[in-house]
Amino acid sequence: MPLNAPEDLSRIIETLYRCESGRILATLVGLLGDLDLAEEAMHEAFATALDRWPHDGIPEKPRPWLISAARFKAIDGIRRRTRFDGVEKDLALHLEAQMNEARINEASQEEEIEDDRLRLIFTCCHPALPPEGQIALTLREVCGLPTEEIARAFLVTPATLAQRIVRAKAVIRDKAIPYQVPLSQELSARLGAVLQVVYLVFNAGYSAVATGAELSREAIRLGRLLVDLLPEPEVMGLLGLMLLQESRRVARSSAEGELILLEQQDRLLWNRDQIAEGISLTANALASRRFGTYTLQAAIAAVHAEATSTASTDWRQITLLYDGLLRIHPSPVVELNRAVAVAMCEGPEQGLRLIDGLLAREELANYHLAHSARADLCRRLGRLSEARASYERALALAGQEPERRFLAGRLQELI
Amino acid sequence: MKYICLGYYEPAKHASMTADERNAMFDECFVYDDYLRANGHFVGGEALQPEETALTVYWKKGKVATTDGPYAETKEQLGGILMLEARDMNHAIQLMSQHPSLKYGTLFEIHPTFDMSGMIQESEQRRGKVAAR
Repeated sequence: MPLNAPEDLSRIIETLYRCESGRILATLVGLLGDLDLAEEAMHEAFATALDRWPHDGIPEKPRPWLISAARFKAIDGIRRRTRFDGVEKDLALHLEAQMNEARINEASQEEEIEDDRLRLIFTCCHPALPPEGQIALTLREVCGLPTEEIARAFLVTPATLAQRIVRAKAVIRDKAIPYQVPLSQELSARLGAVLQVVYLVFNAGYSAVATGAELSREAIRLGRLLVDLLPEPEVMGLLGLMLLQESRRVARSSAEGELILLEQQDRLLWNRDQIAEGISLTANALASRRFGTYTLQAAIAAVHAEATSTASTDWRQITLLYDGLLRIHPSPVVELNRAVAVAMCEGPEQGLRLIDGLLAREELANYHLAHSARADLCRRLGRLSEARASYERALALAGQEPERRFLAGRLQELI
Repeated sequence: MKYICLGYYEPAKHASMTADERNAMFDECFVYDDYLRANGHFVGGEALQPEETALTVYWKKGKVATTDGPYAETKEQLGGILMLEARDMNHAIQLMSQHPSLKYGTLFEIHPTFDMSGMIQESEQRRGKVAAR
């Protein structure tokens, strides 16, 4: 193989790192059973590549080469740790005996590597870890984001985030959580946690404008990876839901960062490619008849995406989808959303009756969106003083600045 | 990214060790330093002489003042600093958590460094303007 110029080579290695480090890390975690050790070994292997490839040329199969180099580094690492703590002596011996070339070759086969990645995702999202630990660990180990970047996105200090990761890793170690995808009977329960983490990452990026786009992209990337690895209906439903919501990112706020509601959005700004992909994923998930809450939410987003305006939206179908959602996952917030859909197809009086019933149950008494939805319906019915009172209540409860500005604006219009 | 690791220890505890124990500790620590160096993680570092050799300089009533010893007095004293090259805070923790001196009672504060190059550049521009006047 011809020798490449050094700058070409470092670019090639950089690209290789970007595209392959997730898979290589997952394989190494599988082989070594230890996240820290796997991470260190992988980075040392890449450093070795930078050192050696300029002389030796790029190996024909870079990934197995890197995995194999990392294995040797890991054995060195374990030996070193053994010297310090007097533990893990057996592991080094065991690894040397077990990790022959055949195992490495086997491990570098595409299918096995994809399994490794799935195992790593399930480990990072293990229900024994606190939710914030699951998120931090997934973003760092599966997506490869540095601690400082994750901390910035979640508005915590790097030290706080680093501690979450350290604690999560300690739980994995102490409880000896195995690197595996759960067996089929417990899969759906455990898959729920994985999907929840991905959706939490997406939502963290949904409201925040600047750092958010990055996180939402990362969540969609994870969603795609999961669909490839585990094409279950709910996995497709979640990816569909994220794509459909993401398709409106540009239309959702003005250049000044002001919130724009669905009915006022310029629908020409919606991303048609993301909508088409989201709809097709959702349709596949629905067709399986084994779908859950993400798929139903995606279906609702799809109905909105297909409409050219609020008026021409199929609100009756949206109401039916909310009925379905309430059956699988009853929640006052879903009831509130259903009430808004009912108001759109049966008139504001019907919607208001449902919302007042909900507010009387007090579960949503401190939820600003319940009051702003009520205010909007009162406004449409010409009950202006009631509308004002509800907007004021909503404003007092709203936390985020764009929402507060939006509500204040609405209130201003009524005076 | 660079991290400065401040290692604190209890001098009394070290004084109570036998010569063999102390040698064992130093050997282990130097082996680990070599490992960090070999892998590009060791940017620099020095051990410090005992606290009584330190001096604190500060500004008081428009004049420079000094006192003997370090600024803050604690039971532990700063025994050395290590400048570490790590990918992120968690990597820095990973590297320092393997430091052999931990088991001899040392504790490390890990501080991410602040990249001042932008501030330095701005300052140079300000100073350039002043000189050009």
